[in-house]
Amino acid sequence: MQDITENISAQQRMIDLYKSNFKLIKGAEPQTITMLREKAVEIVRDQGFPDLTTENWRYTDIDPLLRSPYDFNFTNQSRPFDIEQIFTCDVYDLDTFSVTLLNGWFVYKNAPLTTLKNGTIIGSLSKALEVYPELVSKYLGTIAPMEKPGLTALNTMFFQDGLFIYVPEEVIVDKPIQIINIVNSENPLMLHPRHLIIQEPKSKLTLVHCDHSLTHNISFTNSVSEVFLAKESNLDYYKIQNKGHNSAVINGSFFSQMSASNLTSSALTLNGGFTKNIIYSLLNEPACIATHNGLYLVDSNQHVDNQLEVDHAAPECTSEQLYKGILDDEATAVFNGKIMVRRDAQKTLAYQNNKNILLTDDAKANAQPQLEIYADDVKCSHGATVGQLDPEAMFYLRSRGLNERSARQMLMYAFAAEVVRRISIQPLRERIDHMVEKRLKGELSICDQCVLHCNSKEPTVFNIDVSKL
Amino acid sequence: MLTIKNLKVSIQGKTILKDFNLEVKSGEVHAIMGPNGTGKSTLAAVIAGRDLFDVDEGTITYMGQDLLEMEPEIRAREGIFLGFQYPVEIPGVSMANFLRTAINEKRKYLGLEPLTGAEFLKLMEDRKKLVDIQSKLTNRSVNEGFSGGEKKKNEIFQMAMIEPRLAILDETDSGLDIDALKVVANGVNKLRSPENSTIVITHYQRLLDYIIPDFVHVLYDGRIVKSGGKELAIELEEKGYEWIRKEAGVQEAF
Ligand SMILES: Nc1ncnc2c1ncn2[C@@H]1O[C@H](COP(=O)(O)OP(=O)(O)O)[C@@H](O)[C@H]1O
Ligand SMILES: [Mg+2]
Repeated sequence: MQDITENISAQQRMIDLYKSNFKLIKGAEPQTITMLREKAVEIVRDQGFPDLTTENWRYTDIDPLLRSPYDFNFTNQSRPFDIEQIFTCDVYDLDTFSVTLLNGWFVYKNAPLTTLKNGTIIGSLSKALEVYPELVSKYLGTIAPMEKPGLTALNTMFFQDGLFIYVPEEVIVDKPIQIINIVNSENPLMLHPRHLIIQEPKSKLTLVHCDHSLTHNISFTNSVSEVFLAKESNLDYYKIQNKGHNSAVINGSFFSQMSASNLTSSALTLNGGFTKNIIYSLLNEPACIATHNGLYLVDSNQHVDNQLEVDHAAPECTSEQLYKGILDDEATAVFNGKIMVRRDAQKTLAYQNNKNILLTDDAKANAQPQLEIYADDVKCSHGATVGQLDPEAMFYLRSRGLNERSARQMLMYAFAAEVVRRISIQPLRERIDHMVEKRLKGELSICDQCVLHCNSKEPTVFNIDVSKL
Repeated sequence: MLTIKNLKVSIQGKTILKDFNLEVKSGEVHAIMGPNGTGKSTLAAVIAGRDLFDVDEGTITYMGQDLLEMEPEIRAREGIFLGFQYPVEIPGVSMANFLRTAINEKRKYLGLEPLTGAEFLKLMEDRKKLVDIQSKLTNRSVNEGFSGGEKKKNEIFQMAMIEPRLAILDETDSGLDIDALKVVANGVNKLRSPENSTIVITHYQRLLDYIIPDFVHVLYDGRIVKSGGKELAIELEEKGYEWIRKEAGVQEAF
């Protein structure tokens, strides 16, 4: 475990740690990736980490997180094994191709990379770097800009594994692919998973990304996903976060879209001590559609921060952001939503809406919409509300015999439904609907084996010794 | 069934009802009429338990119990139903889910078994016919995107589903065409029984051609200034409220 030495800055400690573990981190990776890491080191050295004076980070203080001592798993401590031994996610109505990451490392039963009949490749990023170095280096590091304030450079220094998906031209992956990201460690753990998804023209994919923690131990996940959507491809991307109160997540998702591609992302934060989701959605070519939906249901002293930027760099694209949150107890939420319309992006349609319901006087929501428009023929709108449940509606329901609790739950559920209804896969929508309902009734436990499987078995308490796997 | 004595109600220090007295017995239909802004909806809301209003003086006794001590949902389960003058739109809450929860919470309170899905659906079908409401409405979110008339019909539909002992209908007739009016009246009349009572709040005598009241009260300036039989409604329709004002010796103009 790293000692905290007060007089050394967090960035210097990270750089030192990188240097002393360089050989392990680098492995046998292609030169281009190592060069990318070196550039990341420079950026971290020059820019440091975001603090409370950094734009978009004003309400989310990561300094305490960066100062804490952590373990780092520089070597993959898991051996090939059957994940179902410890974690069953036999999502029955939802027929998925499911893969697992344990503490940032890809876990596999048979092979680290699987090629489906239709040519789709799914597996470990580190293995993909070995087998398809050119394909991976062509995209890795090109979609997530390291210079933007954040922790992308830090991830680039340290990442070793993560999920890799490649969907060939015109391939429609009919089963959703589900990634289950599990963190499980006795000691506080910091991890930097890196995911790369490449979709060739006219391909279609549904990805369900679940973040879990199996114990209440401390962890800090700094993940980066890079997603490339070629011409006319289609991605339905779900991020489901159901983590323990002692877990911290900075989750950067970077999307780059080519002409007439269609992206829908849905971020559902059901639990998580400290969560910052960063979405950067770049519309490079005309006629793209990007829809970003979000729902966060947080209580106690949880903190969730959603930072979105949709960058219209080409004409005739449409984007929409709808983020809704319900905050109980002393929970806090931040929404930073930006719409950037560049000079050439004429005929842009861009909408943004953030709505919050505060259930107590101590809960706080901070909404910061930003529009930056350099084109003249555009249609943009944004709105943000922070309020309570409608007292007229509460009275209406109670006057029909519903008790206060049921009435509140019904209204909260209805509020959340606007986002849930947008989930296009029916079994997934039903599952999430059920989860949201459970969550609002206070019945959803992080010990449920899998967020997508919450109504099947008794909650199990997991306490797994990773070294035994 | 319901006894209101010397009621004084205010909102933010402004008195709306004062010296208000009313007695409703089982099986009776009372009509409360009066010009706009005289406190009719306030009265209805106070009986249903809206906490926006302050009850400064007086008592309301319902079925021998102190009504003012009860939460709105308890009043509902004890049989009080308010048909809102302005029904609330609740996007995302389905009519069926809402009504089933309401009915089953009431049944639980009364010590009855909850309705099964099939029983509930059967009841819905039955009551839909009674009030001539279309399925496309009951499949939607509560009042969301309903026209004015549809909202009013929906109130009567809910009443028919919940089967209250005391229904208070706050201007359920306003904005309705004659066919819709008949539907509303029909719904009320079908549920009329020696055990049930209805308070019909209305602006016009029109509805009272279809729902024949036992008593008509004229509310003015927070008080009942005149009571009578159904002929009072006809008299009001003919002469307007002016003569009431003179008779009551009230100075302000209507
Ligand atoms: N929520 C409220 N806030 C302030 N004043 C109110 C409110 N509701 C009703 N009032 C006032 O109380 C009086 C009676 O209103 P109401 O009961 O709606 O009359 P009616 O139903 O007879 O038209 C009016 O002067 C109205 O302005
Ligand atoms: Mg009124």
